[in-house]
Amino acid sequence: MLNYILRRLLFLIPLLLAISIVVFFMIHLIPGDPVQIMLGDKGTAEDAARLRTELGLDKPLHVQYFKFLSNLLKGDLGRSIRNRNPVINEIGTSFPATIELTILSMIVASVIGVIAGIISAIKQYSLIDNVTMVAALLGISMPVFWVGMMLMLIFASRLGWLPISGRISRMADLNVITNFYIIDSIITSNWAAFKSTISHLILPALTLATIPVAMIARMTRSTTLEVLNQDYIRTARAKGLPEKIVITKHVLKNSLIPVVTIIGLQFGSFLGGAVLTETVFARAGVGRLLINGILGRDFPVIQGAVLFIATFFVFINLIVDLLYSYLDPRIHYS
Amino acid sequence: MRRFLTVLLVVTLVLGTAGLVLAQDGDPEYGGTLIYAQGADADALDPHMTTLGNSADVIVNVFDGLVRFKPGTTEIEPALATDWEVSDDGLEYVFHLRKGVKFHDGTPFNAEAVVFDIERQLNSDHPYYLEGAYPYAGFSLGMIEKVEAVDEYTVKFTLENPYAPFLKNLAMFATMIASPEAVKKYGEDIFKHPVGTGPFKFVEWVRDDHITLEANEDYWDGRPYLDELIFTVIPNNQTRLLELEEGNIHVMEGLNPTDVERVIENDNLDLLEAPGLNIGYIALHNEKKPFDNKMVRKAMNYAINKEEICKYLMGGQATPAKGPLPPTIWAYDDSLEGYPYNPEKAKTLLKGAGYGDGFEFTLRTYSAPRAYNPVGSRLATAVQQYLSEVGIKANIEQLEWGTYIEEGKAGKHTAAFFGWIADNGDPDNFLNVFFNSANQGSTNRAFYSNPKVDKLLKQAQQITDEDKRERIYKEVQGIIVDDAPFVFLNHMKMQIPIRSNVKNYVLYPTNNKYFHKVWLDQ
Repeated sequence: MLNYILRRLLFLIPLLLAISIVVFFMIHLIPGDPVQIMLGDKGTAEDAARLRTELGLDKPLHVQYFKFLSNLLKGDLGRSIRNRNPVINEIGTSFPATIELTILSMIVASVIGVIAGIISAIKQYSLIDNVTMVAALLGISMPVFWVGMMLMLIFASRLGWLPISGRISRMADLNVITNFYIIDSIITSNWAAFKSTISHLILPALTLATIPVAMIARMTRSTTLEVLNQDYIRTARAKGLPEKIVITKHVLKNSLIPVVTIIGLQFGSFLGGAVLTETVFARAGVGRLLINGILGRDFPVIQGAVLFIATFFVFINLIVDLLYSYLDPRIHYS
Repeated sequence: MRRFLTVLLVVTLVLGTAGLVLAQDGDPEYGGTLIYAQGADADALDPHMTTLGNSADVIVNVFDGLVRFKPGTTEIEPALATDWEVSDDGLEYVFHLRKGVKFHDGTPFNAEAVVFDIERQLNSDHPYYLEGAYPYAGFSLGMIEKVEAVDEYTVKFTLENPYAPFLKNLAMFATMIASPEAVKKYGEDIFKHPVGTGPFKFVEWVRDDHITLEANEDYWDGRPYLDELIFTVIPNNQTRLLELEEGNIHVMEGLNPTDVERVIENDNLDLLEAPGLNIGYIALHNEKKPFDNKMVRKAMNYAINKEEICKYLMGGQATPAKGPLPPTIWAYDDSLEGYPYNPEKAKTLLKGAGYGDGFEFTLRTYSAPRAYNPVGSRLATAVQQYLSEVGIKANIEQLEWGTYIEEGKAGKHTAAFFGWIADNGDPDNFLNVFFNSANQGSTNRAFYSNPKVDKLLKQAQQITDEDKRERIYKEVQGIIVDDAPFVFLNHMKMQIPIRSNVKNYVLYPTNNKYFHKVWLDQ
């Protein structure tokens, strides 16, 4: 098992190298020059030329790439073109915000999705099944941006139950250590900040969960239906096992393997949805870092953020693969 | 009974009015935290390392310049310099500095500090010069030949050429003075450790989330009323307005044209409005057919209904432009008629120019809204519609912003939308920028060239007599409006929604947000 994990981690190196090459050349293919965007309406041709030289943007692409790579090997992701902040700092402050949001959304989406899917499958063609599946269809179809705005208007503005935007109350006094506000508020026993952080997470997490919850519900339903028709389920029932045991012990464990795959893959779309959710709810996360980077052609920021996301994604997939062997003892890694 | 009622009415009115007056003129209160919401985060908080308005808004509250703008105007008044002399040839500026001022880190403010701060931007051999860091220095300080400390509190600038708007440049955020000790201490990270002499001190910056400032108790111009000032980032215009309505923030930028009514109708909110120093225009490439013909350019101006565009498309957030200068700038010529909507005249002019059957051309546009155009590429569609009514076919071509600007500077367009926001509030910053033939390749996007205009613009830079300068600028405006190198479109108003309990907030023509004298009615 340990060998397997190590091998997977070693595989990360060529993978990241490939990603860095693809990303590097792709972002340089997008039209638009960071210096011109930075100067905007202002600035003379000489200003632009001077900035370009000083930032090393006038060198041939392969030279720029190898410089980037050699810095990367030294653990240096470079500095943002736009604000000269080290990219690693930019990621360090924005990534925790996204992780907090993503993990909470994940939990919400998995729990609701799996439960709804199983109930739908067991009560196939019932009213509850139909309602759930229509709701799932709606969940997939509604734009994330719109869902966020609606939730905000109803639960924050109209009803006043939850805050409108931000990661934490703007008046909050939190001693930031790890940038994971949940962890920081627990470490410092700052329960007011903890409560504020959680309440600021609920609406964005629900927003981000709408599409995945629908996907997971539909997937769970179809795999559960498949398992329900298997011979061993009929055998279990014939043995006179209570229905509850049949569902939890026999059906669930077997139907969840494809569901776990879907959940793992959904992490990718979570990061996509985070761009929109973070914009609507004014959360300073990696989605917004990336979109600002792309708009400003801030090459080092885009490269750093994409590499980070890719690494994160690989880790999630590794965890998913390891979960398989727990769910299905027939699967062994060596 | 009736008489009693009359008396009662009078008494109520008197008391009511008195109450109103009291509420308006109440003494400023000290204390409280004000939250100002921006659409995007600052990029750098060192005055010299940014061109971004969101950064400038923070900078003007942390730093001071040698001079500053009088509230709500582009007139100059003393700040870190108490007075100054300009030599007759306009080449030497001697500033006498305010004594006893300290930067927030305790470093004394003196002539050495000024020299250090100017040289670290201009002199690439300076130990604290940072490569690629000063996008504004060429414009704001490029005319300086040398700067020297005469004594501890006197500093002398020598210019390469006389440059009349120099004082205005020194009031811009980009030339405000930073603590030399802080520059030495933080090196390349100075952009996130702003240390100035201003009314507020920097506390913290959480990227893309907020920047916190606190009152500078020892401020030379009196402690600010607020205890704390927070700049928070809320990218979505709708979300930002909701937060304002709920009272979670106090002042915001970026109001959607469709939300203006909503703010006006809300009793807890006030909408502050003032004309802005900006212009939106279409640059017609004066060297390319058919726009090398003055009559065609005039016809373009007559054919487009700017009134309608400002009123309906831009939701009343803009006023039509009559010429290249915004009406509130000094030396604006109000007697010019400009080009009121007149499609018949446009047709006649086209016929006279030999384009009786109209013509076809490519009209370039960018996509997203900009400060001088709140509707982005929809403006191009409206213009296309008006032009089609006089027989001109405009084919719209939309480009990504970076490429757009680059090709616009290089003159690859036939006609393209651009705009400008004042840097220093001087007419030179519009007229010279747009129409000096030396600025072809950068800001002269119409590729306009007129030796007489070049000569006049140079003259106006070199004399310091304000009356003479005003006369020259009026003459230039006359020539430019007649030559019509642009289609003069619109000037955006500044619109800032605030909570009603925010007092003494003044809009500045440069659109920077100053909070020194603002107080909260708590």
